[in-house]
Amino acid sequence: MSALEKSPETPESTESTARTPLMTLGGVSQVFSTKAGPIRAVDDVDLSVNPGEVLCLVGESGSGKTTAARMAAGLARPTSGEVAYDGQDIWSMNRQDFGAFRRSVQYVHQDPYASLNPTRTIQQTLIAPLLKHGVVKTKKAAAERAAELLTKVDLTPPENYLPKFPHQLSGGQRQRVAVARALTLDPKLIIADESTSMLDVSIRISVLAMLGRLRDDLGVGFLFITHDLAIAKYFGWNGKTAVMYLGRIVEFGPTPKIINAPTHPYTRALIDAIPEPDPDLTKTKGRESLRSLEIPSLANLPSGCSFHPRCPLFEDGLCDATVPALTTIRSGQSAACHVVARDGVPEAGPDDLGA
Amino acid sequence: MSRVTTTPSGKTSTASPRATRGGQGKPLLSIRDFKVEYRTGAGATVQAVRGVDLDLFPGESLALVGESGCGKTTFGLGLLRLLPRLGHASGKVTFNRSDGTEIDVLGLDGKDLRQFRWRDAAMVFQGAMNAFNPVLKIRAHMHDTMRAHTKAGKQEIEDRASELLRLVRLEPSRVLDCYPHELSGGMRQRVLIAMSLLLEPEVLILDEPTTALDILTQRSVVDVLHEVRERLGFSMIFISHDLSLAAELADRVATMYAGRIIETGGVRDMFYRPRHPYTLGLIKAVPPIVGDLPDMESIPGGPPSLAALPKGCTFSPRCKFATEECKEEDPALIPITDEPGDAHEAACIHWKQVHLEREVPSDLGNAS
Repeated sequence: MSALEKSPETPESTESTARTPLMTLGGVSQVFSTKAGPIRAVDDVDLSVNPGEVLCLVGESGSGKTTAARMAAGLARPTSGEVAYDGQDIWSMNRQDFGAFRRSVQYVHQDPYASLNPTRTIQQTLIAPLLKHGVVKTKKAAAERAAELLTKVDLTPPENYLPKFPHQLSGGQRQRVAVARALTLDPKLIIADESTSMLDVSIRISVLAMLGRLRDDLGVGFLFITHDLAIAKYFGWNGKTAVMYLGRIVEFGPTPKIINAPTHPYTRALIDAIPEPDPDLTKTKGRESLRSLEIPSLANLPSGCSFHPRCPLFEDGLCDATVPALTTIRSGQSAACHVVARDGVPEAGPDDLGA
Repeated sequence: MSRVTTTPSGKTSTASPRATRGGQGKPLLSIRDFKVEYRTGAGATVQAVRGVDLDLFPGESLALVGESGCGKTTFGLGLLRLLPRLGHASGKVTFNRSDGTEIDVLGLDGKDLRQFRWRDAAMVFQGAMNAFNPVLKIRAHMHDTMRAHTKAGKQEIEDRASELLRLVRLEPSRVLDCYPHELSGGMRQRVLIAMSLLLEPEVLILDEPTTALDILTQRSVVDVLHEVRERLGFSMIFISHDLSLAAELADRVATMYAGRIIETGGVRDMFYRPRHPYTLGLIKAVPPIVGDLPDMESIPGGPPSLAALPKGCTFSPRCKFATEECKEEDPALIPITDEPGDAHEAACIHWKQVHLEREVPSDLGNAS
């Protein structure tokens, strides 16, 4: 499965070849052993995030997004494969380097109600890492830095928020505090795991806009995990998107391509299934009909392509025989599908195929 | 399915005779000055719903949208008299049963209330897992419900349950013998929809029916709802914070803010010509999936606390159209007069300035 490593060489992303990727997952798998047998939550996944780049990881629940993110953050050790930060395998790092890696990669969790310590004020939450890691020397400097961080996440004036406890803040404000906390150690990469899915629609966009500003101003890279393709589109428009299904990446490419010209039947089904905030558009949207609604169990994966029992393009003897590898379909865009790799994209928009 | 949505009674094209049966031209459910108060402590109350006027016409699908904490769920519970003990509903809710009888919902009690619930109006709750009894099989849920409300025999119940399960695209023989935890989220939600339809209610209230479901699962639930409604022709009120879902499922949309309905109209009026700054803000905050990257805009701030509402228009502190005048009086719903159709109303004194800049697809634009 080398398509992902190949993809940076395509003309579209020449600027990224000059740099070492910030974070690389090379053929990582995570297998959990359970009573029902081994569960391959993540199976042979290759991903890389360049400095200041956004990589969106989308998929339904159970597709392995969070497991992949936990491995990227060094919170879980992959069963096989390599997680490298700045070109160095994190699990063979010495203590000091591992510490530096931990500081550079920060995690923003899904639920801001659960991820903040309820007994600490916002100030205490923010200055603890500053003092612990020796970013600042005195408590006074730490408090000043905390105020600065709150300003960065649009919680102004900071004096109003520093003495408060999490329960005194709204969901959106809490999530901003969680982001401020992730920023305390000047991270190079923020892993945002469904960080906006608990927020109300109106607040979601402002939190995303704030994250987008951090990305542009501070040059922080993002591994952005979401089940909502519309959010991935909004946040990751200039970046790349990987679509996961049952532990494997089924499609990878620049976000605009994934959204507007998906090639893998699963991605196509996902995009067709999303209702649009536009009554005429949503009723005229084409619907890819799946052969089955059931999502197979990870403990008992179908043979060959794990999407084949549901796939509208299923071909007997081809799809259920071998696992398809990610292959380049168009420049910069790859998909793991036997049929698409052989025949090209079925009835895509005329401007996409050209001939 | 009919796309003509501006006139509420225009929804008569659905195949089933049920769609036109209820109410005889009158609204099925007529809600006037509906209020819900929660007692929050010694003598203190909070008004979660502050005077809602709403009509639900036979066969119609009405979406109630708004941010969390604006009273949507309380409104739904209040309609079915399911409020917790500390909640109190007042106002007038009239249900026009298809046999011509008029029911004063808030005055019902005892046996009549039991009759009304499920048989006339049923509810599909948010969080499908919590709506089931975890130690009973799906079959027992179906039997319990039917026996509590009808005199149906065992076989009859079995047949009816199977028929409805097939309607929501589930295999009865597989599902009936399952415990709720053995089903996936989407299956549970579909079982719940089937169960709510057991007694052929004329009104179905769905509270966030697809929240917390995956995209493909959500799609299957939405398709099932479309299909079932086409077949059985009931009316529905569905509560959602997801505007896309409203665009997909509703004939009419009502936006709720701080316990009041601040704009209501046909689904196309609301999405193409919103006239309340809040509805406009909500629409702008939802990114569409197809096409290029649009300009997104968020609504500053958050919804006000119901215990300390701002003076005048409750939305004015977050509104970019707000003037001094807005802080004086909470505006009533004003009919929008400069466009065809008569069902569009907005509670904003500046509605003439509120415009959504978006292309309306021209080929469909004059369908209504």
